[in-house]
Amino acid sequence: MFRKCNNPHGHGHNYTLEVTIAGDPDSKTGMVLDLVELKELLEREVMARMDHRFLNYEVAELKGMIPTCENVSVVIWKLLEPKIRMGKLHRVRLYEAPDLFADCVAGDEFQGAAR
Amino acid sequence: MKVTLTRRYSFSASHRLHSDAMSEAENDALYGKCNNPYGHGHNYVVEVTLVGAVDPATGMIANLVDLDSYVQKHVLADFDHRYINEEIAAFKTVVPTTENLCIEIYNRLKGFPGAKLDRVRIEETSRNSFEYAGGA
Repeated sequence: MFRKCNNPHGHGHNYTLEVTIAGDPDSKTGMVLDLVELKELLEREVMARMDHRFLNYEVAELKGMIPTCENVSVVIWKLLEPKIRMGKLHRVRLYEAPDLFADCVAGDEFQGAAR
Repeated sequence: MKVTLTRRYSFSASHRLHSDAMSEAENDALYGKCNNPYGHGHNYVVEVTLVGAVDPATGMIANLVDLDSYVQKHVLADFDHRYINEEIAAFKTVVPTTENLCIEIYNRLKGFPGAKLDRVRIEETSRNSFEYAGGA
């Protein structure tokens, strides 16, 4: 099923993470959320946990999960969503490679048949 | 929160924007350079987005190998290095704008058995992109 991605020694990616916050600009600052605050949050919650780590073994939130692009993006969403003080987390887009990415988007969970 | 998975593909093809519903002069005025009778080419990028539950056993919405082979068979094999106006039956009577290309490719991929197709987004150039998510 997983082919090359099943190499027991693992393999690496240069992930790119896009985080989108939605909301009304604050009337005083003109900002939806202070970028410095967002940057510090991402550093603390994502980079400190995952950068240069072996996702299978070193990230507690991924224990028991296969670290696919989908699952890693869901974990990042769950880490960030409760900690956004202004605006709301609208989308987490995680690129595993330039031609592959997973999105978590605010709204209802997918309910349809998987096919 | 819903989860989607997107894969980017590319193909090269040529087209000519010309509508039989308009005169030569009207076509020239509307489509300009894109109305060149010899056609012109693009390196199209096609983003295919699937939506669904992440399977707890695999961690995946769908198997990418299956998606790659489905897109190869139903889209890339037909479109790559072709003149869309003349070589793709659907565009014999439909102007091959990228809007219409999105609809055609969406319709070709909506039967993918591995997961539900969420949308098709096409970059005609690095400055133009179009998107179709089905429906009316």
